[in-house]
Amino acid sequence: MRRLRVVIAKPGLDGHDRGAKVIARALRDAGMEVIYTGLRQTPEQIVAAALQEDADVIGLSILSGAHMHICPRVMQLLREKGLDDVLVVVGGIIPDVDRVRLSEIGIAGVFQPGTPMQEIVDFITTHARTHAGESGSR
Amino acid sequence: MKSAEAARTARAAWEREVLGPFLAKAPERRAVFTTVSGRPIETLYSQESLDAIGDLFDTSAPGEFPYTRGLYPEGYRGKPWTIRQFSGFGTPQETNQRYKALLAAGGTGLSVAFDLPTLMGRDPDHELSLGEVGKCGVSIASLADMEALFDGIDLGTITTSMTINSPAPMIFALYLAVAEKQGVGWQQLSGTIQNDILKEFIAQKEYIYPPRPSMRLVTDVFAFCAEQVPKWNSISVSGYHIREAGATAAQELAFTLRNGIEYVQAGIEAGLDVDRFAPRISFFFNAHNDFFEEIAKYRAARRLWARVMRDRFGAKNPRSWQLRFHTQTAGVSLTAQQPYNNVVRTAVQAMAAVLGGTQSLHTNALDEALALPTAEAATLAVRTQQIIAHETGVTGIVDPFGGAYFVERLTADLEREAIAYFETIDRMGGMVAAIERGYPQREIADSAYRFQQAVERKEQIVVGVNEYVSTAPESPLATLYIDEQTERAQVSRLTELKHRRDGRRVDRALADIDAAATAGRSLMPALLEAARAYATIGEMCDALRRVWGEWIEEPVL
Repeated sequence: MRRLRVVIAKPGLDGHDRGAKVIARALRDAGMEVIYTGLRQTPEQIVAAALQEDADVIGLSILSGAHMHICPRVMQLLREKGLDDVLVVVGGIIPDVDRVRLSEIGIAGVFQPGTPMQEIVDFITTHARTHAGESGSR
Repeated sequence: MKSAEAARTARAAWEREVLGPFLAKAPERRAVFTTVSGRPIETLYSQESLDAIGDLFDTSAPGEFPYTRGLYPEGYRGKPWTIRQFSGFGTPQETNQRYKALLAAGGTGLSVAFDLPTLMGRDPDHELSLGEVGKCGVSIASLADMEALFDGIDLGTITTSMTINSPAPMIFALYLAVAEKQGVGWQQLSGTIQNDILKEFIAQKEYIYPPRPSMRLVTDVFAFCAEQVPKWNSISVSGYHIREAGATAAQELAFTLRNGIEYVQAGIEAGLDVDRFAPRISFFFNAHNDFFEEIAKYRAARRLWARVMRDRFGAKNPRSWQLRFHTQTAGVSLTAQQPYNNVVRTAVQAMAAVLGGTQSLHTNALDEALALPTAEAATLAVRTQQIIAHETGVTGIVDPFGGAYFVERLTADLEREAIAYFETIDRMGGMVAAIERGYPQREIADSAYRFQQAVERKEQIVVGVNEYVSTAPESPLATLYIDEQTERAQVSRLTELKHRRDGRRVDRALADIDAAATAGRSLMPALLEAARAYATIGEMCDALRRVWGEWIEEPVL
């Protein structure tokens, strides 16, 4: 089976990239292919990166409180591009009330500060499916 | 006093006759003990640890060069530190209410947190501001917002710190314009503008323009303050964000002070006399979990800066040698799990800052791993400082760890490590050059990853996270929620302002900003006129974007 391909993205104006970089390295060390977009990506740019990189997973790192604007837009664009099967997870400063709302729009996992890296690695390994071989069209 | 030789002999005897037999029966829990920064520490420090310090050791008293033991001979016995809580959210009116409550609770200074659009020089109606307005700070678009923020607060009596960097001169111009409207002379104003762009490139990443023109904005503020706002700290050289991004204590110390060197050099190259502007340079450090290492870090910072300013730059005014600093407890140490544990972490970190001689302090609130703090959580954070100040007795004594074998040794070790970083960065051609090649960014990312791996392996215990995890479900904490009302309110205020103001005066002011930037003149006069004309932060920043372009970082993993 092909290695999982993960796009780690920093959407919005926030520049705090410690978490994004640490998780990117941890996923890479766990054997995944990791593409880090860098800072200040729009939802459009993130979805374009996922399409171009044939991503199995998108990890969004958001610490600014803008997650309820950014995540629905990313999910909508993924649907429009036919990328419904991409696993989307979010990490950052996310209040408990928003965990439920994010799950309702299809975000598979929400990881708050202090989450062990291994927990995120395990979550992605369990829930993501590689695209390779599943569909001739991609 | 024992000679060095006698100290070594005594230590060897203790290891052989006391420690050795004891360890044979009861071994230590780990092969190596380290600080939270990964610095190995010995079982015991004694006289020979001081002897090994060599020529970095100093025996000065508080108030004497190089100020290892503190800037002031009486420590906090005269004046305690300033309780300065970083705060801001939503609309200027909402934050104004929070400020009045903080002052009523005994806070003694204000510290403004701006939202991301403001920090990035974007107006609330810009497409990139969508969803970010008022979220992690207060939204300030123009003089009208700044007037509302300080409504009923006398700028002549309060001291204000403003955490803003790329748009620092623009925000400072708004503050000066509010003072004019209140009838307060600029000579009376006291406070700090962060104005530290280098650590933005290194750590927090809220930059707009490329590094070299950004440095010009910094020195424009230095020159302006030296002339017109003499009691204002024209920069707060910040290690806080460098540490939050994952740096070790030594890296925080080294990169922050090396940034300080870069700013002093830039001021001198801009034609300023070092003793005119250096006394208004202030610093800002993190207070992390490792109690002794943090205390040593503050002591080392004072000593290093005094020596750098006197010996490297030839400053003659003792105020140029004195490193004054603000401290904030470590946001990154807070956990979303078992959030009440954060109160204890914050108290211990605050204690280290106080024992290290901080001039002002922010204590984080227990709910900040989840959201901006509620009013109750913010009050508890203030109370934490008041308990340290009034109940623990630590304010009665200056530098209580002075002479302690371990802390003196750590102080010197940190200083030595910082000097080695200075030499590396000097060889690269200075900090701007080092940033352009991604050097400090990479060093910090490596440290961040090493720390996380130590947590994963449980070499570093985080209570409630990788040990002592609650199995019972936790009752959720009520958190502050900023709704979309703020964004709508700010956008409509802005639309209304644009109808009301004199559009031609705004256009002229913006053209003057462009002209000053192109001609290499100081930007402050043009920015002040733009502020008075109610030009917006976005308009002022765009004027310079057109001249200088924007900085895009090459992502470093």
